[in-house]
Amino acid sequence: MNFDFTAEAPKLMMLLYGVIAFAAVVGLLLLVLDVLPARKDRWIALGLLAPAGLLLLVGLVVPAIRTMVLAFMNADSSEFVGLENFRWMFTDKNSGMLPDFSTTPVQYGVLLSTLLWVLLVPTVSTAVGLVYAVMVDRSRFESFAKSLVFMPMAISFVGAGIIWKFVYEYRQEGADQIGLLNQIVVWFGGTPQQWLLDGPWNTLFLIVVLVWIQAGFAMVVLSAAIKAIPADIVEAAHIDGVTPWQMFWRVTIPSIRPALVVVLVTISIGTLKVFDIVRTMTGGQFGTSVVANEMYTYSFRADEKGKGAALAVLLFLFVIPIVIYQVRLMRRRRLEGAR
Amino acid sequence: MSTGTETIVAAPDAEVPPTVAGRVRKKLTSRTASAVSLVIALLWTVPTLGVLISSIRPENEIKSNGWWNFFSNPQFTLDNYNQVLFGSRSASGGLAGYFVNSLVITIPSVLFPLAFCALAAYALAWTRFRGRDWVYIGIFALQIVPLQMALIPLLSFFNYGVSLGGVQLLPAWDLDGPAKFITVWFAHTCFALPLGIFLLHNFMAELPGDLVEAARVDGATHAKIFRSVILPLIVPALASFAIFQFLWVWNDLLVALIFAGGPKNAPLTVRLAELAGNRGNEWQRLTAAAFVSIIVPLTVFLSLQRYFVRGLLAGSVKG
Repeated sequence: MNFDFTAEAPKLMMLLYGVIAFAAVVGLLLLVLDVLPARKDRWIALGLLAPAGLLLLVGLVVPAIRTMVLAFMNADSSEFVGLENFRWMFTDKNSGMLPDFSTTPVQYGVLLSTLLWVLLVPTVSTAVGLVYAVMVDRSRFESFAKSLVFMPMAISFVGAGIIWKFVYEYRQEGADQIGLLNQIVVWFGGTPQQWLLDGPWNTLFLIVVLVWIQAGFAMVVLSAAIKAIPADIVEAAHIDGVTPWQMFWRVTIPSIRPALVVVLVTISIGTLKVFDIVRTMTGGQFGTSVVANEMYTYSFRADEKGKGAALAVLLFLFVIPIVIYQVRLMRRRRLEGAR
Repeated sequence: MSTGTETIVAAPDAEVPPTVAGRVRKKLTSRTASAVSLVIALLWTVPTLGVLISSIRPENEIKSNGWWNFFSNPQFTLDNYNQVLFGSRSASGGLAGYFVNSLVITIPSVLFPLAFCALAAYALAWTRFRGRDWVYIGIFALQIVPLQMALIPLLSFFNYGVSLGGVQLLPAWDLDGPAKFITVWFAHTCFALPLGIFLLHNFMAELPGDLVEAARVDGATHAKIFRSVILPLIVPALASFAIFQFLWVWNDLLVALIFAGGPKNAPLTVRLAELAGNRGNEWQRLTAAAFVSIIVPLTVFLSLQRYFVRGLLAGSVKG
């Protein structure tokens, strides 16, 4: 036994302090609100919003603005360098950001890799989630079947990374394989591969992991949307004698389009920020790095704050068109609804 | 409700006389459907199963042959768990300490946002003041700011305080030892607020206004309304947000890497990522360690799935 309780005790004390602080803060707030004159909504609102507002300001708004400034400064933030960090990102051959198709294997570079993630993860996981939701809909084991696919959502990206690293594990040809994928390859008479080392396919094997995590989310949301399709539409289609195939393309898909968009957008935004999977499985080596991983490495490992901040700003800029698209879509839907 | 839909769907089938071709096609479709869903279900569970089984196999077995051999040659041991939880740190053990860290980080990081979001959401839904909608839109919009945008300045805020033109406005936090957890709580709380306020506001705004009006006419203060009218009604929404936040914090790697500092305060995810990097071949430890980190969120998730799903749907479909 190497577990020393005395070493843990201070931490648990800290936890206790935290919980006490929580109770004290909440109690104090409610007390103050009780004392304040009940007719003045403005003061009450101020009191209720103050903690959240202050934290948002200190923890999110001001830092985000500061990051935007840092993106135009040098490594230790001592002087302004203009667009240098962005020039480095988009034109410097040694930045690792740009694709290089002259080498074998070809290098996607960080920017193209990230794009690949953002294109593949949302589409594939939505497709899988949708197919599964349709297939198990109203089957006998529906809720159990859904839990199985939904379960990876509870697993951390790090845990999922280890789970899949084990699936991809490589042993030399001839030796007993311990990774499932290579064993299957061997069963079918192939030679085992180093899935995570050999570019350019290794990025795809990392993408599989995030698809595995996100499909459950897509499935749950889409399944709820499918169940919300008005019964009379389904009934009318049945009376018209449609095949399941037609039913899927002409009734199901058009009816759940709003939910589909939401799922795609949500997963895209999440995918853009993927970091843990790459960090755990390859450490960003072998041409698998993505923007969020580079952002972490430059900011907190390499002490290149300017480049790190510029990469963070890049992530932010990527999110904006996705969000604008969604907002426009929402507004159009609302207008159509009002008419 | 389910019986209602079933009869509606089943009825037309009974009315339309089924042709032979139709019946065959239907059978084929349902066969393919079953096969496809079975394949997906397997793909989504077998990798986890492999890790679970491996974690209870002896070291030399794990390293020499595949986990599927467990079924033909079952050998069972809890050594791996004993090693990773209580073994010495250098031999990739000591997870028990990290487990405690994860708990210490997670619990306050769930409680604080829960309270602050509920209060703010109440203010935005049920008090009247000028500019209320703008405040709400502002908070709503903050959801799209990637937390990466806040990391560098927030870390320097903790480490060096705030200084403007050489004048120190706020001192560095200078936290050491267990007190370092405070910075992690702080960061997680800040990052959780936009989504939390949005979710709880959606839920509260849908509560019948008469309830609040009636209480106000009776002369109840906002604090009283919040406590005795609103709070009991939003328990499901609070639960779903709490589960969200719990899973997010427990599973987070990035925030912990940056703010938790050294091994004394780092949570399981940090340790796990480290093991996967340095000891990528020690599968007997890695598999057991992975399961130690998975078991808590998985239990929470499976037992409270209902609330979690409700939260997901509220956040994405209505949004």
